[in-house]
Amino acid sequence: MTTDSRENLLRDMVRIRRVEETLAELYPSGEMRTPTHFSIGQEAVAVGVCGALRRDDVVYSGHRCHAHYLAKGGDLRGMVAELYGRETGCARGRGGSVHLNDPAAGVIASSAILGQTMAVAVGTALAFTMDGRDHVAVTFFGDGTVEEGIFHETLNFAVMRRVPVLFVCENNGFSTHTRLDVRQPASVSIHARAASYGMPARLVDGNDVFAVHAAAREAVAHARGGAGPFFLECTTYRWREHVGPQWDYDKGYRTKAEVDAWIARCPIRHASERLLSEGVCTPSQIAAMGRASQIEVDEAVAAARAASFPAVEDLTLGTV
Amino acid sequence: MRRLTYGQAISEATVQCMEADPSIFVAGIGVDDFKGIFGTTAEAFRRFGPARVFDIPNGENAMTGIAIGAAAVGKRPLVVHPRNDFMFLCMDQLFNLAAKWRYMFGDRGGVPIVFRGIVGRGWGQGATHSQSLQALFAHFPGLSVGLPATPADAKGLLVSALQGSGPVVLLENRALYELEGEVPEGLEAVPFGQGKVVRAGTDITIVGISLMAYEAARAAEILLQHNVSAEVIDLRSVRPLDAAIIVRSLRKTGRLVVADTSWALCGVSAEVAAIAAEKAWPYLKAPVRRVTPPDCPAPVSRPLEDAFHPNPSTIAQACLDVLKAGTPLGAGVADVQATFAGPY
Repeated sequence: MTTDSRENLLRDMVRIRRVEETLAELYPSGEMRTPTHFSIGQEAVAVGVCGALRRDDVVYSGHRCHAHYLAKGGDLRGMVAELYGRETGCARGRGGSVHLNDPAAGVIASSAILGQTMAVAVGTALAFTMDGRDHVAVTFFGDGTVEEGIFHETLNFAVMRRVPVLFVCENNGFSTHTRLDVRQPASVSIHARAASYGMPARLVDGNDVFAVHAAAREAVAHARGGAGPFFLECTTYRWREHVGPQWDYDKGYRTKAEVDAWIARCPIRHASERLLSEGVCTPSQIAAMGRASQIEVDEAVAAARAASFPAVEDLTLGTV
Repeated sequence: MRRLTYGQAISEATVQCMEADPSIFVAGIGVDDFKGIFGTTAEAFRRFGPARVFDIPNGENAMTGIAIGAAAVGKRPLVVHPRNDFMFLCMDQLFNLAAKWRYMFGDRGGVPIVFRGIVGRGWGQGATHSQSLQALFAHFPGLSVGLPATPADAKGLLVSALQGSGPVVLLENRALYELEGEVPEGLEAVPFGQGKVVRAGTDITIVGISLMAYEAARAAEILLQHNVSAEVIDLRSVRPLDAAIIVRSLRKTGRLVVADTSWALCGVSAEVAAIAAEKAWPYLKAPVRRVTPPDCPAPVSRPLEDAFHPNPSTIAQACLDVLKAGTPLGAGVADVQATFAGPY
């Protein structure tokens, strides 16, 4: 991997973090009236995977979709305007935070019902195969989706048809506020269950962007080469509350010590230290990444706030 | 015009549309087997092979999502459910994603998918294989829902669906499959949202859908013996629903009987009655009557099953009750599935 692309992985994570922290700060003012699931702390999975994709590959996501959208190249202004409910939003103010899409960038859809876009990604991958195109489809989902019936239906179908799809499970240990160990048998890991369907499945440190990227490159090459689906389980952790911008370690379902331990394993800090120690980046270069991203997100917020709301006369447009 | 059965008309529409549009593929349980979904997919499989007509694993919800994902990048999936009752398993993808796709992703285009669901009837197919789910599908914005009652409409609505820009559910009543009728040879689309006056009349309007449009026409024949001239309307689709054709007819007849293959409560018959109340109130000379299955699941035992489904006699009796209360109908006609013994 080139120095330049490793730097880009860090830059993309810094950018996503700046965007989300800015939006989290602004959220309490009440202008963004859309339940928002921040990806803060989980950026390495999105960036590592999307860094292994081509522009014409496609991704699908779930309710926690900001990082995937941005990492794949989704338009920042379209996303921010969507959160502000504006006509200039990526879904024209009809979708909100959990339904981000930017087909031009290969972000086909995100949706808030668990597992939906697993199957949809497989359908897109099937279409790629039928048309003889060498694109790959990726679907991001959480550990909660593993409990849904569609998870199993989808893995079964993907293996039977050998479609070029990459399943990326972001295992952050919680479904809303419920821990994994009370929802799924601890004796069989998620990636082992996926492997039991007959596809390669790997466990990856989801807070190590370079490890995610290396695994994703292997997975994408496998899928693009016609060898069928590939599954990555990436362990990571959500810092903020399930939905909304606040910290919630005082709510009883997890401790501050646990959150702090994961913050100490911050994917951005990890990547920064690595690139600094290897002399790939200087501290001032990394600081500049943050400043550039801040300018970009501030401009996106200003543009969104200046944009028009959708016209009420258009309320029912787009139903058929 | 040459005649085809309802099933043959579906097969012909599928083959002709697939010839015209290489993006169409057919997927479903058993679409490529020796039965070929009552013959409706067999010819398509023979012509286009497993690349475009293929069997699938069970897993209706995933298959619906898979169809959505294929449609999102330019395909036109035709998904077949040998019984519409299995479509309960795909409601999340169907309602929460396919139907909402165009709207909630900013009107960039819909997902053109056609779902065929067959409604069982007769030979004791019972509670989970002989119910008709139009009311459920019709509730959700973003879907089109058609219920063809004739071979020509079975072809025309399928053509329309396969040429459309969004998701469509077509419900086909098994009791109609052997029905013969004239069918255009070419690719003639029947638009959604346009009902049809099956038979003109002056005394009373009978609105039916699917098998009940057919049964309403048979009821109108019986009513002639009582000097009653019934106008029969086949709605053909329930979303969109042709309110204007109902209002036009009521302006003439002032009386309405609605016949549906599914239950009354929150059903399509309730919707038609609401249209009459909201848009045709000045013309109504009598209360609206509905003829629907009783409020219980479909039974198996023959006398119970015969009593469960509305038929020409119950529809005609309802009309007489509206026009000439207390008049007994007299002899009825044979049940539409009287000789049916499969295949199911």
